[in-house]
Amino acid sequence: MLSFRTIFIYESAERTDVLIELKHVTKSFRTDTGDIDAVNDVTLTIEKGDIYGIIGLSGAGKSTLVRCINFLEVPTSGEVVFKGTPLSSLSKKELLRTRRSISMIFQGFNLLSQRNALGNVCYPLEIAGVSKKEAIKKAKELLTVVGLEDRMNSYPAQLSGGQKQRVAIARALATDPEVLLCDEATSALDPNTTRSILELLKKINETMGVTIVVITHEMKVVEQICNKVAVLDHGVVAEEGLVKDIFIAPQSDIAKELILPKTSAVSKVIGGKTIRIVFDGQESSEPVISNLSLECRTAVNIMGADTKDIDGRAYGQMLIQLPDDETAVARIYNFLDKRNIKYEEVG
Amino acid sequence: MKDFLIECFGGGNLEMYGENILLTLKITIISTLLAYIIGIPLGVILYGTSKDGIFPNSPVNGVVGFIVNILRSIPFMILLVMTQPLAKLVIGTKIGDNTFIFHLVIAAAPFVARMVESSFLEVDRGVIEAAQSMGSNNWQIITKVILPEAKPSLIIGGAIAITTILGYTPMSQLIAGGGLGQLAIQYGLYRYNTTIMYISSILLIILVQITQEVLNRLAKSCDKRIRNR
Repeated sequence: MLSFRTIFIYESAERTDVLIELKHVTKSFRTDTGDIDAVNDVTLTIEKGDIYGIIGLSGAGKSTLVRCINFLEVPTSGEVVFKGTPLSSLSKKELLRTRRSISMIFQGFNLLSQRNALGNVCYPLEIAGVSKKEAIKKAKELLTVVGLEDRMNSYPAQLSGGQKQRVAIARALATDPEVLLCDEATSALDPNTTRSILELLKKINETMGVTIVVITHEMKVVEQICNKVAVLDHGVVAEEGLVKDIFIAPQSDIAKELILPKTSAVSKVIGGKTIRIVFDGQESSEPVISNLSLECRTAVNIMGADTKDIDGRAYGQMLIQLPDDETAVARIYNFLDKRNIKYEEVG
Repeated sequence: MKDFLIECFGGGNLEMYGENILLTLKITIISTLLAYIIGIPLGVILYGTSKDGIFPNSPVNGVVGFIVNILRSIPFMILLVMTQPLAKLVIGTKIGDNTFIFHLVIAAAPFVARMVESSFLEVDRGVIEAAQSMGSNNWQIITKVILPEAKPSLIIGGAIAITTILGYTPMSQLIAGGGLGQLAIQYGLYRYNTTIMYISSILLIILVQITQEVLNRLAKSCDKRIRNR
């Protein structure tokens, strides 16, 4: 009896952590050549505090999917549930109010070009009916949070890409949202700026408790800040789960394509069997490849290698080409199995 | 000396030109203002109700677009004659400067509506989407996003509208109105006094140049998209 109750309490406690649920969401667009499902039967659960990545190639339906979350695109079928309330059940007015809790930033920043940074951050407060004095006070605080305290009076045209995105982030935070949707927010930025913007997003997630949904086509964005990821392919979720699980053992072709180091062209030229090994960089201090060569008495060709910081842990991956000799290959597999190092053949 | 000056001005005196400059300005400015008072809401309707607009409504868009296109297709002179009964109804007379302003507004408002619509279309769709994502209603999007963002373009459009309306003003002589254009036609066409025609025309050119320059500068100075100023 007691255990039953415990389970019940545990389950209901878990349920309150769910912030956004997408249930069988489909969005079709009518085109001259017929209907196209940009998003096809997508079911996802985003919990409070997540940094949830949605990754896919161009045209995979990511942008449409993220617009379904705040109903900028109304799904053709399926349901979007925010904090237990289906968005489709809301009146127009209630939906507009709810959108203040679901902020969004964009690839193109989308700042008001005729307002300065301060004016841009004040905008969402103005439309929410906050007094001008309070709006300015809050906007100044937020611009300080994003590190633009000295550029408050600058117009978007006078700011760099990274600075513009910081203004956009401050603007998105103005109404104290619970979720921040990022639609390719770093895709127009250089690698260094991308890193600093992602760090800022992570800081916002940690210090302000804002749940973040990140839409991207770059695996490195997901690796840097996300704890969970859904891989989208042609409007369908190919794979979803914890980032580290998918990184260690991607199941779908599309996930493999996004994760593998970009050396496929080289391996095609040389031929032979190539495997990808993944190891936990913090746990294994062993020089894996050197020992492998020594112990198996064979040489392997390193096609590509990198290390990743996923959800606070270091991971390494390596693409190595094996010799043609079958017995040597068997020895290598044996060696890897013994050390519990995950590997898979990639071609 | 005074006689010589009058001779040089083709028999016209300074007061005549001054009076007509003021009258032309009055007719043009009032018509433009009224045309904008009608044209901006029409522009908002044309923009907002279009297929990709913020409140799509194809029947309304079709009807308003059709009326605007018809009014824009009819040459001003013919439109003026056609709308005379309406002018009599609204203004009370078929002649005079006020009636002429009425005709100008009818001819210019649809033109202004299209100019306003095209200025609105220049506003980045992404900015509007961002405003929608923040929970703005349509009224807020129009008044706080689209109008301020389109301001420089609207001012440049305004310069074109004023110039076009100024170009219509000589037609006032058809219904016994006044102005520089009327002066030019009256003296140049009917009395073969080309000097007055040229002077009136030069004054019109100067007026157009000044309005164009002032409004262009205004548009530039209020446009925050220009860097390093």
